[in-house]
Amino acid sequence: MVVDELSDSDVDRLFQALADGTRRDIVRRVTRDGYSVSGLAALYAMSFAAVQKHVAVLERASLVTKEKRGREQIVRGNHEGLQKARRLLDEYDAIWRQRAERIADILAEE
Amino acid sequence: MPVISSTKNLEALSLTLVAEFDAGVERVWQIWEDPRQLERWWGPPGYPATFDRFDFQPGGKADYYMTTPEGEKPRGWWRFTAIEAPRKLEFDDGFSDADGAPQDEFGSSHATVNLEDLGGRTRMTLMSAFESEEQMEQMVQMGMEEGLKEAAGQIDAILAEPARAR
Repeated sequence: MVVDELSDSDVDRLFQALADGTRRDIVRRVTRDGYSVSGLAALYAMSFAAVQKHVAVLERASLVTKEKRGREQIVRGNHEGLQKARRLLDEYDAIWRQRAERIADILAEE
Repeated sequence: MPVISSTKNLEALSLTLVAEFDAGVERVWQIWEDPRQLERWWGPPGYPATFDRFDFQPGGKADYYMTTPEGEKPRGWWRFTAIEAPRKLEFDDGFSDADGAPQDEFGSSHATVNLEDLGGRTRMTLMSAFESEEQMEQMVQMGMEEGLKEAAGQIDAILAEPARAR
């Protein structure tokens, strides 16, 4: 199964990273455009250090990458990391598709 | 194929699935309302679900377990948050320990089921949103038949449609 391609700790990191609203918002933004950490920090009512911590959590989960540009660090979405989360959702989707098939079978018995 | 569409929201960890069935709304409602019918489709083949408590009223609780081929019995719970027969059902669900006590450290997920009368046919819209992390993975493991090749095929097909996953 596809989920076997991820170790348990990979999956833990991934979903811990996505469990926070600010981090999900960061992922959404940086998937479209690169942002500097200070650029991100300006968007949220929290300290630069707090935003930096969020970015670090996302980086460990392979959801974003950081790239040095001059004195700044540019944060970008990591397509491969997002793909992993999507696969898990796809599996959940497959579960529901099979449930719908079983419901249809039960309904067809009458 | 009963499933008409499904939409995944990656950031919100949610799934919206639309299916249509050749049966009236009252009949489709029964497959949710009657635990004996629910048991027939909730678990995959080889992993039957057994509901040993099913208090089908707003605020009521349901407890269930799955029986794996290895004889393990992972348990889960539901809490019905809205019931408007025969059109709308909402519940929270999560995992329990061996004694049926909720294990809340992973959070819970919330499911909304809407049934729509299409004149003899019924459209069912399911929205399921996960609160957190491992919760979703556990749910996938509990609901998934091991080595399900056809699901892998579906996943490939879905992955080929990047526009649907936001």
